[in-house]
Amino acid sequence: MKNDIIIAGVGGQGILSIAAIIGLAAVEKNLFLKQSEVHGMSQRGGDVVSHLRLSDKPVHSDLIPYGRAGLIISVEPMEALRHLPWLASDGWIVTNSKPYVNISDYPDVNEIIEKIKEIKNSIIIDADSVAAECGSEKAANMVILGAASPFTGISPESLEEAVVKMFSKKGNQIVDINLKAFRAGRRFSETREIST
Amino acid sequence: MQKLLLLGDEAIAQGAIDAGISGMYAYPGTPSTEIMEYVQSSPEAKSGRIECRWSSNEKTAMESALGMSFCGKRAMVAMKHVGLNVAADAFINSAITGVNGGLIVVAADDPSMHSSQNEQDSRFYGKFAYVPVFEPRNQQEAYNMIFDAFELSEKYSTPVLLRIPTRLAHSRSGVERGEQIPEKKFNLPDDTKRFILMPLIARKRFKVLLDNYEKLQFDYRLGKYNTFRDGPDRTLGIIACGIAVNYLMENFIDDSLPYPLLSIATYPFSRDVIKDITGRCREILVLEEGYPLVEEQLRGILNEGRKVYGKLDGTIPRDGELNPDIVAAALGIEIKKGPPMPGIVRSRPPSFCKGCGHADMFNAIVEAIKPYGIQGVFSDIGCYTLAALPPYSCINSCVDMGASVTMAVGAADAGLFPSIAVIGDSTFTHSGMPGLLDAVVKNSPVTIIIADNLTTGMTGGQESNATGRLQGICTGIGVAPEHVRTIVPLPKNHEENVRILREEFEYRGPSVIIASRECIQAGARRRKSERIEKQKNQEE
Repeated sequence: MKNDIIIAGVGGQGILSIAAIIGLAAVEKNLFLKQSEVHGMSQRGGDVVSHLRLSDKPVHSDLIPYGRAGLIISVEPMEALRHLPWLASDGWIVTNSKPYVNISDYPDVNEIIEKIKEIKNSIIIDADSVAAECGSEKAANMVILGAASPFTGISPESLEEAVVKMFSKKGNQIVDINLKAFRAGRRFSETREIST
Repeated sequence: MQKLLLLGDEAIAQGAIDAGISGMYAYPGTPSTEIMEYVQSSPEAKSGRIECRWSSNEKTAMESALGMSFCGKRAMVAMKHVGLNVAADAFINSAITGVNGGLIVVAADDPSMHSSQNEQDSRFYGKFAYVPVFEPRNQQEAYNMIFDAFELSEKYSTPVLLRIPTRLAHSRSGVERGEQIPEKKFNLPDDTKRFILMPLIARKRFKVLLDNYEKLQFDYRLGKYNTFRDGPDRTLGIIACGIAVNYLMENFIDDSLPYPLLSIATYPFSRDVIKDITGRCREILVLEEGYPLVEEQLRGILNEGRKVYGKLDGTIPRDGELNPDIVAAALGIEIKKGPPMPGIVRSRPPSFCKGCGHADMFNAIVEAIKPYGIQGVFSDIGCYTLAALPPYSCINSCVDMGASVTMAVGAADAGLFPSIAVIGDSTFTHSGMPGLLDAVVKNSPVTIIIADNLTTGMTGGQESNATGRLQGICTGIGVAPEHVRTIVPLPKNHEENVRILREEFEYRGPSVIIASRECIQAGARRRKSERIEKQKNQEE
């Protein structure tokens, strides 16, 4: 088993939580992993990315080489495009359709969506709306994780266990909302895969 | 044993906890901050076994650690690379005094300047101070090295430098823990004279240091980390330092590297180690994260010997961090990039958080300085440096911790009026206070604006030693009490704040304006934890 995953978004969108959950599940499965993160100044509304590498053999580099990511998970549509040079030819993009506009020259969102659709394997989901239906817009990152989960190489059960572990400190209500969001995202991708 | 999923920083912290430290000292700085944070959240810290409050700056941290070591106990001190400049006086002289309890200094370098003003390579500090350096290649090795580093420190009575780059500091991997060692007993040094660096003693101590440094290259605790593996293709030999070896091996999956390889992770290393590879290969490629330290040594000044590829001949870029693709290009390996990034993608620099008090403060500053026709103010290291970007574009400088205050003093000396500094609360107590004393002594017409968000904000909201003490510090240093003003940077106070700023600009002596409002991130975290606590209590 080997999967290189890029997780992208804007500082504060919960990128590190997505990475941490996949990481937790991978460690439970005794996989080798390396997961590089962005801390510090860029977290203030700048673009952030995490490179997550999973394998049943030891992982060397903390960074993914160009053209080798099997999956790009993005909580923001423009950020999904930023990392295309890392995408493998058969790789998947799973992204939120809802833009995070904090710069004055943010491009036309329809143009962004068109560019994403040009990629062979892409899933675009309005994660903010789905999350709101699940109880909190803040769980949008879990909707995206759920939607991306079929392409991670890790079983949904393992990922759900990690979601519970991740949020348990914050009380049962928060755990339930995030689990619901994860499942809603997963369902979206599964039904979409069948329909295409 | 179940592996822990740890950042490089956290692996170092866990290593130090398990190696029995009694004291951890640090000032926050990306990418080193998480070392101290991890120690602080450990059960060993909560039970009071490990002393681990934030220090006011890296120098005070280094000196406190040396004091802990003086008493026979193990101590660690952590900082970002530029923090070692601040601590350099103490660091370099601690090599001459030597240590008693083991002492490790962690410097986290930031090649590519993800969150820094330069990309200096801390390995040079090791060479400069004649201190051994460990440069771990991965998280597990970072953990393991701590034990050897403490042993080495105690055997040779030397501080030890542990150098990591951002990419290791901020990358997680599985780490297996070893046995925990009990902390050392309180035990004063037999010879306390060696800590008195009067010339008479320092001259003797320096000879001891030089002698020890020669011996170090043959010590197994260092030597075992420098590994050689032969290869069938001797047209090229590769020397890789620290994490660079990972980027190399990434290009040769399943151990298919055909070239002889020397992987270096400790310094000083012996000439014999280098001969393993130079004896086999005429041409050498050097891969190192940071400056060309080993490459320069290998070339020598005349560069008349063998062909050496690396940063000095352009095979590898001189600046920025390494990655697998740079190493692939250096070896002529084809890179299969994915689709190009579309032209519509815009850069997204960091910006003030929505509702940040700094933004309201700069709105007032921009308006207050308008009539004077000056471009901006001297600034410092912190979130408020973001005022360099539009729509504010109103700072002239960001150089080093505390420089805003003293640059304003020098500029006032040269005739700049008004001469204004903006400095964060934590940055002020880090290195701004002595500069304010300079201003007081010469009655310099400067206005120092302290952006007080009640936390060390940019590094994620650590406790600030300035909180609640600024008024007392400034009047204590000698600023006239009526010229230490406090404002609350909120839109509703804008007019009043502009007026107060101008009043103090007009005062022809040193004045301080404390612009005080809690960081909105820190406030949100505080309220959230209070809410969770309350909810938990209700559920129980």
